[in-house]
Amino acid sequence: MSKFGGSNSKKDVPGISSGSLSDIVFMLLFFFMVTTQLRETENKVVVKLPEATEVVKLERKDLSANINIGTPVRHLQAMFGTDARIQLNDSFKTVDDIRDFIAAERDAMSEADRSYMTVNLRVDEDVRMGIVSDVKQELRRCSALKIMYAARKTGVQ
Amino acid sequence: MAKKKTPQINSSSTADIAFLLLCYFLMTTTMGDQSGLQRRLPPIPDPNQKQEDVKVNRRNIIIVKINSADKLFAGNEAIDVAFLKDKIKEFLSNPKDDPNLPEKEMKEIEGKMYPVSKGVISLQNDRGTSYQAYIAVQNELVKAVNELRDEYCMQNYGKKFLFISEDEQNIVKKVIPQNISEAEPKDVGKKR
Repeated sequence: MSKFGGSNSKKDVPGISSGSLSDIVFMLLFFFMVTTQLRETENKVVVKLPEATEVVKLERKDLSANINIGTPVRHLQAMFGTDARIQLNDSFKTVDDIRDFIAAERDAMSEADRSYMTVNLRVDEDVRMGIVSDVKQELRRCSALKIMYAARKTGVQ
Repeated sequence: MAKKKTPQINSSSTADIAFLLLCYFLMTTTMGDQSGLQRRLPPIPDPNQKQEDVKVNRRNIIIVKINSADKLFAGNEAIDVAFLKDKIKEFLSNPKDDPNLPEKEMKEIEGKMYPVSKGVISLQNDRGTSYQAYIAVQNELVKAVNELRDEYCMQNYGKKFLFISEDEQNIVKKVIPQNISEAEPKDVGKKR
């Protein structure tokens, strides 16, 4: 009688070792981890969003352009001071650069999507409105009229 | 006693199941969801074009002002943010047809006539206003409009605004419009 009992008429087929399955899974996992992009740009300004209750979600994230306004992060304060600055893409910019930025963002979109572009204003809650007004006026001049004041959702008080 | 042998469950596919779950979550999670208050800026007036004076009746406009010390004024009187919503709601709905509050105009929307308030909220701020105060006020204004829409929907459809169909939502949006005008920035008070 065979060691395993039961089947004795058939020849035993060696089972496929499943020990390497996890390796395959991990390889796939790493592939996805490497290829997915978490964040396109590095934050150079501190943005603590204000709180609001009536927020809506940004429907098309790919059709939005981000403008960050806030005080520079700690290690850049020595160079750029603590006054509120505008960050476009990866560097500090001034209000005059917004025009080029919007034009570049528009160019990156397809013709049909351009009218749906939303400018996402991510502004720190301690920033004064002066700089925000300047940005808004510049956006009006570039006729990028759809804007969103980014805010954190809070529950009902 | 003859014990019945139970076959072992093949566990080699548990890794696949875990992997499928992982894939599912990878696909469905959105990183850093963005949310906020959506607005439409008014277009820059064309300098070549003659500006036609849009006479807005005094009663149809409420000026909400935030000064550089984050003090709030609505219609020339100081007010706390907590009371702004009710004031705006009263202003927009004008339940008693007060001659000092905005008039209503019969408008045709989708073939039916609705009374639509002509009220406009003009939001003014100073360069020294903090963004936090500005957003708090914006939030209250949106909340007032949203609550009016909800009340209207409860009366007419028996449901809240979120739960009625998209066509009905579009009608309600026109019946109770969100007329918030963000005025040109003004320099009142000290600069910063």
